[in-house]
Amino acid sequence: MADMEKHAEHSAHVHRDDEGDKLGMWLFIFTELLLFGMLFLMYAVYRYKNPEAFLLGGKELDVFMGTLNTVILLISSATVAMSISAIQKGNKKLALILLGITLLIAVVFLVNKYFEWGAKIDYGFYPGSALLHELGHGTTLFFGLYYVMSGIHALHILIGIGLFIYVAMQIRKDKIHSTDYIWLENTGLYWHLVDLIWIFLFPLFYLIH
Amino acid sequence: MSEEKHHISSYKSHAFVLLALLVLTAASVAVTSLEMGPFNTAVAMIIAGCKAAIVLIWFMHLKFDNKLYAIFTTLVLVIFLLVLYVTFFDYSYR
Amino acid sequence: MSDTTTPKHVSFLEYQGKYKGILGWILSTDHKRVGLLYLYTMLVFFSLAALLGLLMKLQMLAPGYTIMGPQTYNAMFTVHGIIMIFIIVVPGLPAVFGNFFLPIMIGAKDVAFPRLNLLSWWVYVIGILVVLSSQFIGGWPDTGWTFYAPYSFQTPVNILPALFGAFILGFSSILTGINFVVTIHRMRAPGMTWFKMPLFPWTLYATAWIQILATPVIGITLLLTVMERLLGIGVFDPRLGGDPILYQHLFWIYSHPAVYIMILPGMGAISEILPVFSQKRIYGYKAIVLSSLAIAFVGYFVWGHHMFTSGMSGRALYAFSFLTFLVAIPSAIKVFNWVATMHKGSLNMQTPFYWATSFIFVFMIGGLTGLVLGSLATNVHVHDTYFVVAHFHFIVFGGTGYAFMAALHYWYPKMFGRMYDAGWANIGWATFFGGFLTLYLPMFVLGLQGMPRRYYDYLPEFHSTHIISTLGAILMIAGAMIIITNLVRSARHGKKTTEKNPWGGLTLEWQTDTPPTLENWEEIPTINEHPYEYK
Repeated sequence: MADMEKHAEHSAHVHRDDEGDKLGMWLFIFTELLLFGMLFLMYAVYRYKNPEAFLLGGKELDVFMGTLNTVILLISSATVAMSISAIQKGNKKLALILLGITLLIAVVFLVNKYFEWGAKIDYGFYPGSALLHELGHGTTLFFGLYYVMSGIHALHILIGIGLFIYVAMQIRKDKIHSTDYIWLENTGLYWHLVDLIWIFLFPLFYLIH
Repeated sequence: MSEEKHHISSYKSHAFVLLALLVLTAASVAVTSLEMGPFNTAVAMIIAGCKAAIVLIWFMHLKFDNKLYAIFTTLVLVIFLLVLYVTFFDYSYR
Repeated sequence: MSDTTTPKHVSFLEYQGKYKGILGWILSTDHKRVGLLYLYTMLVFFSLAALLGLLMKLQMLAPGYTIMGPQTYNAMFTVHGIIMIFIIVVPGLPAVFGNFFLPIMIGAKDVAFPRLNLLSWWVYVIGILVVLSSQFIGGWPDTGWTFYAPYSFQTPVNILPALFGAFILGFSSILTGINFVVTIHRMRAPGMTWFKMPLFPWTLYATAWIQILATPVIGITLLLTVMERLLGIGVFDPRLGGDPILYQHLFWIYSHPAVYIMILPGMGAISEILPVFSQKRIYGYKAIVLSSLAIAFVGYFVWGHHMFTSGMSGRALYAFSFLTFLVAIPSAIKVFNWVATMHKGSLNMQTPFYWATSFIFVFMIGGLTGLVLGSLATNVHVHDTYFVVAHFHFIVFGGTGYAFMAALHYWYPKMFGRMYDAGWANIGWATFFGGFLTLYLPMFVLGLQGMPRRYYDYLPEFHSTHIISTLGAILMIAGAMIIITNLVRSARHGKKTTEKNPWGGLTLEWQTDTPPTLENWEEIPTINEHPYEYK
């Protein structure tokens, strides 16, 4: 706390508290956990009530695509984590390369999603479709939840892309460096959260048995 | 704060963590083809839980940072699981 | 912006920074100005919502059409509820007094994230504007502030502005919560250990956690309702396999903890005021801290008591009733502690004290009637009747409202550097209190007799009781007008004061200048004592 005073002597605007920033980020992550948590709760309720329909719905999804997306997202978590290590070690170039790979994977993930969704929609699986109406309540709910959950997840990936671009620009300008990298760390935390959500989405939607 | 010493994870440790996650992912997919009835879901969730724990502990640095974050994260997960549990008082017994 | 250029002893009210005039307020990151921005905004919209309430009471003066028809009445109670819940009592004390006094009471110069703080006010204003835009885009919502499925996605009225507006308002709450948790963890003055922190910050801490963990639930629920309405996802639509009761679960998983967001800081303020006006240490400081945390925690698991007649399983009914009785215990502990604090104290009978003691009175009525509602057998009889309406007005309006008034009259001189007219403040209080009881006590009777809530019409047997209640509303509003006029006038024309400690309090805000300077402290104080050691 004594350190706080030194900084506090200056105006509030130059007050720097990396640990406080990190705590704030974790609290934000908790809000996201609850947000997605409620979606998982809804999934749990409707799967409990419609086990066969969810099973059949799961079979409609492309396991290969899902697994591919899972794998690349995990890799991207590793690359962003490594980029933090790189910055901490003062290796600006490596940090940017790793961040670039993370960003690229995020884009690929979204592209995959686009094709996945496209295929499903073409086939007739979309909210309000005649096919879903025909197949009944359980399947309707399965796909309803699928689109909502993977859609909100994809939105978070998009936001992540924005963050990566911003952070990369800051690193290039040396605004983020080995003694001031909380922005990168917090972006990393955000990205791991996105990965965490997918870690549960994947088996619940693609690997139902 | 620039004065504080921060733990720096090695590239190697990140690589090992990634490897573990990929192995668990493969296991998760492989298990789907086994017939275990209701246990399929349980196993899938346990594997996912392990993956999540690994991401939280190593990638998200809970192991190396202030214990407070780990305590809070656990608390939040407990609250979520309890809410889920209480919700099923309704749905399991209708 | 460093101290070397800030003139010493310039009050925050007069300080001129980068921006001048009104911009200097709406673009200010000074937590004190942000707190006042919230106060002024709330004053405007509270008045609007109160007016709607008065119009509703006038409609209920007689059976049948009095001044409005059923559709308008539905819209009135919906907008009244949305404003009062999401715009007034949820932001409530944290947004005004938390923002203003949390940093000061822990010996800090501002909150952890001052710019985020300003953002949370802007988000709040945008949310309000979106909600009110429904007036111009498709008419006012008519679902009740609870937006129950399936009507919320089937109503012919354009419900989207209300849903989006409430969604946006949720973000404001989350940002405040995050700011306060980090502020309390990271910015307490040297020597202020957790258990030397005063009780108002403690309750803000417990509340902030609820804001963080519960608000996302309503966020996603409102979003899903929008999607249900626009896309027909099916999650709440029984025609598509969805369960409307699941909507209720999700809605109340937030909205029950939300009532603890409303009341905990209020209890914190009362816990500050009573020791000062008894000149005696708070009885059971640790018990109050622990019971606040207990309420925050257990409060997550009682939401089903809003749904006893919805069609839940028997097991859920028993579980929620039991948990509800459990959560009443820490609240009761607090009441005991407050009364014990006053016992044998040297009582200073002034306006804040009147509000604090009447708070305890109305809060007890609200709380005890909550037990009637929490008990399954009696709930069936009174659910969705005026009994519920009376209960929540006692506990929310009586609870949060009276605590807010107590806090306002307590901290007023510090905030404005002026004193209000105590005589008029007390007349206002007495009028308001009398009107409040006359307005809401008869509603318990109506409810027990079977008068349903949210009905614009009623059977003749309820007529005379409604008349009494409506007269109470008029009296109460007269009292409110006296109070508000007094406070608003005095902010500009009241007796100026620079007295640092008019009430003889021991918490840190009574050591700052009156009003405080921009950064509150020339030198951050060091804490050696517990906060309530009266000699």
